[in-house]
This record gives sequence, C-alpha cells and structure tokens, in this order.
Amino acid sequence: MTLETFPILTVMTFLPLVGALFVMFIKGSNETRIRNNAVNVGAFISVCVLGLALVMLGNFDGGTPDFQFVENVIWFEALNLTYHMGVDGISVFFVVLAALLTPICIALCKQSVTSRVREYVVALLVLETFMIGTFCALDGILFYVFFEGVLIPMFVLIGVWGGPKRVYAAFKFFLFTLLGSVLMLIALIYMFVAYGTTDIPTMMFDPLAGNVQFWLFLAFFASFAVKMPMWPVHTWLPDAHVEAPTGGSVILAGVLLKMGGYGFLRFSIPMFPEATEFFAPMIFWLSVIAIVYTSLIALVQTDMKKMIAYSSVAHMGYVTLGIFTATTNGVEGAIFQMISHGLISAALFLCVGVIYDRMHTREIKRYGGIVKNMPKYATLFMIFMLGSVGLPGTSGFVGEILVLMGGFQVDTVIGTLAASGLVLGATYMLWLYRQVVFGPAENKDASAMKDVNGMEKMALIPLAAMVLWLGVQPGFVLDRIGPSVENLLNNYYSAISLPTDDLARLGRN
Amino acid sequence: MMINEITIFNELYTARADLLIALASLALLVIGTMLKTRAIHRVAIAAVTVLFVTLIMTLQQDNSDAPITLFNDMIVYDRYGVFMKILVLIGAMAAVMMIVRDTASHVFGRFESVVLVLLATLGMSIMVSANNMLSLYVGVELQSLALYILASTNRNSLSSSEAGLKYFILGALSSGFLLFGISLIYGFTGTTSFPLIADIILMGQDSTIPMALSVGLVFVLTGLAFKISAVPFHMWTPDVYQGAPSSVAAFFAMAPKIAAVAVLGRLLFSPFAELQGEWTQILYALSIASMILGALAGLIQKNLYRLLAYSSIGNMGFVLLGFIAGGLNGVSATLVYLAIYLVTTAGIFALILSVRDKNNVAATNLSDFAGLSKRSPAVSYALAIMLFSMAGIPPLAGFFAKLFVFKAIIINEYYILAIVGMLSSVVAAYYYLKLIKIMFFDQPPATVLYTVQSSGLLRWVAVPCVAFVVLYILSPDRLVYEATQAALSLN
Repeated sequence: MTLETFPILTVMTFLPLVGALFVMFIKGSNETRIRNNAVNVGAFISVCVLGLALVMLGNFDGGTPDFQFVENVIWFEALNLTYHMGVDGISVFFVVLAALLTPICIALCKQSVTSRVREYVVALLVLETFMIGTFCALDGILFYVFFEGVLIPMFVLIGVWGGPKRVYAAFKFFLFTLLGSVLMLIALIYMFVAYGTTDIPTMMFDPLAGNVQFWLFLAFFASFAVKMPMWPVHTWLPDAHVEAPTGGSVILAGVLLKMGGYGFLRFSIPMFPEATEFFAPMIFWLSVIAIVYTSLIALVQTDMKKMIAYSSVAHMGYVTLGIFTATTNGVEGAIFQMISHGLISAALFLCVGVIYDRMHTREIKRYGGIVKNMPKYATLFMIFMLGSVGLPGTSGFVGEILVLMGGFQVDTVIGTLAASGLVLGATYMLWLYRQVVFGPAENKDASAMKDVNGMEKMALIPLAAMVLWLGVQPGFVLDRIGPSVENLLNNYYSAISLPTDDLARLGRN
Repeated sequence: MMINEITIFNELYTARADLLIALASLALLVIGTMLKTRAIHRVAIAAVTVLFVTLIMTLQQDNSDAPITLFNDMIVYDRYGVFMKILVLIGAMAAVMMIVRDTASHVFGRFESVVLVLLATLGMSIMVSANNMLSLYVGVELQSLALYILASTNRNSLSSSEAGLKYFILGALSSGFLLFGISLIYGFTGTTSFPLIADIILMGQDSTIPMALSVGLVFVLTGLAFKISAVPFHMWTPDVYQGAPSSVAAFFAMAPKIAAVAVLGRLLFSPFAELQGEWTQILYALSIASMILGALAGLIQKNLYRLLAYSSIGNMGFVLLGFIAGGLNGVSATLVYLAIYLVTTAGIFALILSVRDKNNVAATNLSDFAGLSKRSPAVSYALAIMLFSMAGIPPLAGFFAKLFVFKAIIINEYYILAIVGMLSSVVAAYYYLKLIKIMFFDQPPATVLYTVQSSGLLRWVAVPCVAFVVLYILSPDRLVYEATQAALSLN
C-alpha cells in the first residue's frame, strides 16, 4: 500500500481511540501491573502515532498550498456532511505537535499520577484523537465535533487529577469554552444554510455578503477568542492550568490553545475577509492589552504554574496580533510562535511538574538554590526559560521577531507596545528562574531534591533540542508553511479589494 | 352509513397491533390475579413479549406508503403514526423492565403496574394515530387515567399519593381545557374530523377565520402543553417525578411525552396547518420559556428526579423548536430529537435505577452518587456518556439532535430563538456536569449507602442505549431518513 492510498490522517486520528478502548479493558492480577500495562500500551500507541506523524511530515510537499493526504467520503447525507480530512502548511505542524506531546505526557504519568492511572491514560488518548482530528478536519461540522469533543476528556483530566480547586477550574474551563463554541455552532449552521455544505475548502475564499460576515465573524471570534485565550476572556486559563495535573497543563498549553489560532487562520480570515479587515484594529488592541497586562500580572504571581499560564496568554497575544496583521511576516510568525510556544510552554510545565512531584508545592518561595543539587535540571529549565523570553537562537525569538515585523508594518504604535512585552517577559521569567534555581538555598527539602531522572530527561532533552534547532533552523518550518500562508493572504487581499458597501455602512452606524 | 361486516373485519385486522395490546392487557389482568408467586415477573415477561410483537407488527405496517384510515376516519395509520408508535413502544418496553426491577421486591410492586403500562401504551397508540378529535380525546384519557394510578402505586408513601393526586387534578384540568377547545372547534367547524377541519379552514381562507376557532386551538394547545410539560404548564412535573416510584417517573419521562408531542404535531400540521401564523407565536413562547426555565431551575435542584424533570422540561422546549420551524425540515428534526431523547432518557434512568441502598430503594439525591466512579466505574462512565449526550456535546447522539433542530430554525431565520436555545443549553450543561462531578470528582461518603446492584433487566435497557448514543455518529442517516418519511406523510 502506498502512502497515496493509505488513509494516514484517519489512522493517526483514530488509533489513539482504539488504543484507549484497549487500555480500558486491560486486565491484570494487581493494581500495579494494570497500571504499568496501561502506561506502556498508551505510550506505545502514542509513539506509533508520533511515528506516523513524522512519516506524514516527511512526505508532506512543502511547495504547494493545497490540502494533502486528503480523504473525502460521504458521512451524513441529510446534512450534506462529508468526512473530509486533509492537512496543509498551516495545520501540518499542529498535528505533529499534538502527536509529540501526548507520548511525553503518558510516559511521565507514572510518577506524577498516583490514582486511576489507567483512566488517565485513556483520557489522554481520547484527547489525542480529538486534537489531531481538529487539525485535520476539513468539514465545519466535523471540525466542531472534534473541537468540542476535546472538552470531555479535558474536563475529566482537570476534575479528577487536578489540585484542590479542581472542580471550580474544570467547570470554568468547560462552560467558558462551551459558551463560545455554541455561538460558533449557530454560525456554522447558518453557513450550512447559505452554502448548502460545511465543507471548509468550498467555503474558503468564497465570502458571503459583508453584513453577514460581520455577525459570523463575531460568532467564530467568541469561540476562538475563548480558546486562545484572548484578553478579557482569558480568566479560565490560569485556573485550569493551576489545577490541572502536569499532563493536562502540557496538553492545554501545548496544543489546545493553538486551536483558537488555527481556527482564526482556517475560518475567520479566508471566510470572513471583510469582517477581518474591519475588526483587525480591535483585535490589535486586545492583543496588545493581553501582552502588556498579562505580563504585568505574571510579574506578581507567587505560583509557578500561574505565572507560566499568564505568560501563555501574553504569548498568545503575539499570535493574534500576527494573524490579524495579515502580512506574510505576521502570519508566518504567528504560526511559528504557536509551534514554538507549544514546545516551550509544554516543556516549562513539565519542568514545574518535575519539581512539583518532588516537593508537592508550586510556591516560588519554597524553592531556591536548586542549581547545586539539580544542575542538569537547571540547564534544561534555562533553555526553556530563555526560549520563552525570546532569546535569539531559540525558537521563541523567531516567532516573536516575525510577529513584531508584521506589527510594525501595520501600525508603529501597536508594534512598539507589543515589543515592550518582550522586556516584561524577560523580567518575570528571569525573576522566576533566579528565585527557583539560584538564590539562597534556604529550604532544606528543596536542597535535598534529586536531579532529573532518566524518564524526565527523555522528555525534556528532545524538547530542548527542538527549541534550539528551530531557533537556528526556522526555515524547516517556515518553508513548509510559506506557500499556504501566501495563498491565504493573496486570496484575502483579492477578497477585500472588492467593494465593501455593507461593511462601510456598518462601520459608520 | 351502512357498514358491512367484511369491512369491519378488515379494519379490525388492520388495527391488529392495537387490538393485541388491548386484549393482552385485559387477559393479563385476569391471569395476574390467578398467579400466586412472582406475578409481576411473569406478567412483565408476557407484557414485554406483547409489546415486542406489537413493535414487529408496527414495523411491518411501515411498508404502506399511503395512509390507511379506519373506523369512519377515526384512526389513521401513516408513517408519522408508525414512527411515533415505535418510539412509544420502545419507551414502554424499557419502562416495564425498569418497573419490575425497581418495584418487584417492594410491597407496592404488584403486577397491576405492568398492566397499567400496557393500558397507557394502548392509549398512546390511539393518540398517535388519532384522526378525529374524539379518538384523540379517548386516547388521551385512557393513557392519563392509567398514568394517574401508576404515579400513586406506592400507596404507603405520602409523596407518591401526593404525586398521584396532583397529577390527577392538574391532568383533569388540562383534559378539561382540551375538551373545551375541542368543543369550540366543533362549534365553529361543525366537525371533529381532522381532514374535514382542514378543508373548512382552507375554504375559509378567503373570508375571515372565526376568532373562536383560534381560541379553541389555544385551549387545545394548552391542554397538550400540560401533557408535554411545557412552561408555564409544567408545575406538576417535578413533584410527580419526585413523588412517583422512580421507575414510574422513567416511564413518564419517555412514552407519554412522545405521544403528546405526536398528537401536537399531527394537530398542528394536519388540520391546523393553515393557521401556522397563529400557533407559531404560542409555540415560540412555550419553547423559549421551557428552555430557559428548564435550564435555570435545574441548577438548584438537589433531588435527582426533580433535576431530570427540569431537564425534560428544557428538552421539550427544544422539541418544540422543530415545530416552530415547521415544514419538512422542522418536523423531521423534532422526530429525530424525540428519538434520541427517548434513548438517552431510557439509558439515564436505567443507569440511575441500578444505584440502590441495602433495602433496594433507588438513590434519589444527587449526593447519593458521591464518588460512585470509584465503586462502579462502568456504570459511572456510561452515565457520564449519557449526560454529556444530554448536554449536547459531540460526538454523542445528543449533539446531532440539537444540530438538527437548530438547523431547522436557522433555515427559517429564527435567530433569536437559536441563540436563546444555545445559551440555555450551555446553562443546562452545568447541571449535567454537576452529576458527573459528583460521581467522579467527589469523595465517597464515610459510610457508603448506595451501591450499584447490577441487574440483567436494567442492563438490557442500558447497554443498547449507551451503544446507540456513542455509535450514532457512525451512521446518522438512517434515523433521519425515517423521520423525513414520517414527516412527509403528515402533510
């Protein structure tokens, strides 16, 4: 069977689900054995998916903006729904990202999760199915099914294995996201009525009338802005992150936040170009507020996870800024920033998880001077910290500089304000690093912690290598996303140069 | 009119499915009194068999595309009636199994309950195929009287008696409204036959339709709104669900609602189709009020059955959305919604009925489920799936049910209704999640009172329901096709 006929996206999407079913029915003589088997099977399945993802990436043709590995079968005739899967330059790396982070979370759960390990693995595998599906789906309703389906395993992950306020966090996460999404569903149904289909390639670059776009844009915006999350609807994220178990945080920061940005690129810009142009200035300001305001909030946090969560909101501010500049630099930078943030923030949460597993506290001031007893950890943590700051030579730098270039092309004030986030980001991250890793070793238990073990190294070192490699070789990503971005923007500009009477009228009213 | 004997026999033969239930219920009533031991079990086996045979017979009727009218147009068999009757029969079968499991070991667990379910099913069968105001009313009363008794079967319990009485008084009131509406309609059209009413309204289109006809329709709608417990006629629902024996509440949540919606649909789209502009406003108000109240009032409930009552009120709001949208799209959306609602409800009740204390009393409070997932993960996961489906989360069946009704109303440009409906479904999601939270996130109490007592009967209900809800996504078309055919036969 050649790769042309092999349904690689379907296999990647549903293999974890099959694995989850398998794990659910594992039998064993005692609890420990079931637990080990569950983790091993889960890790094996997710590594297989990662292997497939790499094969897909290897065979991905970076020279064309077309969708590749396309599968298209009729699924639901009454609604004209198709099971339409495919990836292009915009989505391909998100699929790889989801496939990369899941095995790491599963492998590391042996030490961080103490109860109901089997269910934990099942939840992560189900989550992987929905994540990969979201990025591969090329039908609006199919996309929605995956996009919303994510809520179920994530709700369970936060609620069952989370911290003390897990119930509050889980509900907040679920209801916030659901509220945004149902508005998107209404818009999707409206588009189904208008187009007679919800096939994404059909709806792309074939915009509806201006005033309709306006409302549809807002409905989609409600969903993606919550998912991103953008200021001021970001408040669920710190709670969810703080309460979620390490694996949940990694997936949340690494992949789920990217669904919002991906949605903007897949739906908002190509389908509602006039509305995008109309709302872009508002989104610039929301992004800038997110960057500056949440950076300032991050400065005063005493909880490590909360600080990184707020830094995530700030970094996502760069993403929305980049996307809506609608410049090649900005959009490519936004995608790159999402991928880079997916690696760095996931790694940062893993780093927090490493010391949390040993001390069971996330209070920054309970740590200090751990560079002496954990030198390897200090090194790895430093790489990710610097990546988050955006030091040249790390992947964080490439994304941010591209976004800022895009921002300055559009508006100098916006660009300047956004650039100030770099300074603030450096301030809190360096402060965090100094407090935790250096500083006086006052806490005996912190000084007694053991350095990273083999499993943790296996998770962190590849991530560190990728952060550095993408920092010096950004072309690997940028070359592949380039044609798709180019195509997106060309169509966007040809769409908005059309007469825009309706929107102008709305703008004046 | 002369009726010759051959016609009578032909008609009786055509109505054999309904006759079978009628004869079986009478026969079982006699046989039941003669059985000394395990009467309820034996009668229940017979009853389920009868219902199953009826189901098969009804499915075979499905082949006929043209509607058949019987007994001087009193009864009509069309695909719409068949679709609804199948739902009713499935609901009744599930209810019989649950009632046996729930009540058999109690003093009040007597075989008459099963016979009453059969009689109510017969009433509902007549309702869904009524083609005349009189046969409609006979059907409604037959099912209602059986249901009043069922609600108060646990006669030693104060709350059960109260539930029965409350249901009876409010039910009688609603029947009064229905009858008054029918008399007004009869007064101004001179007939009770649906096709004739339709003709008269159609002829009167050029001149003005008498005001009193609309008033009559309003009264009929009010009577039926009581039966489907749409706000503001919902007050009996939480009390009855809470007071009646748990398994009886399960029955109330399924078959009678479906039958009442079926009658409503037939009335609105067959005799009163021309008055759509008038009744749409009424339905609009009922639907919005039901969705909002069902969502908000459910938030503060501590009793599981009250919560499910509000959930069903909210669901009826969504069911009405399809009728508001009207047309083929709308009616078929409502039918799909009803089918999925039926299966989900049956599954939820079968699962919660399996959670019982040492005295074999089913759990009734939300807190009784605390930490259930540690004790019995399988039931907890199944219940969580059903609740997520009720909340309309993809990829479960409940999502598609909502997708359909919302598609229908958006096509017809009821955007406000769509937004209100969607937002109330988010609010309602909170209380479904609350039960999931209690099962999964909360710690079990120090002394565990309620445990899952597995039972073959409940498993027979729960497993197919869960399988349907999870696997519906794989082949959603079949149900929609059947619903569309059913909706087609209505116009």
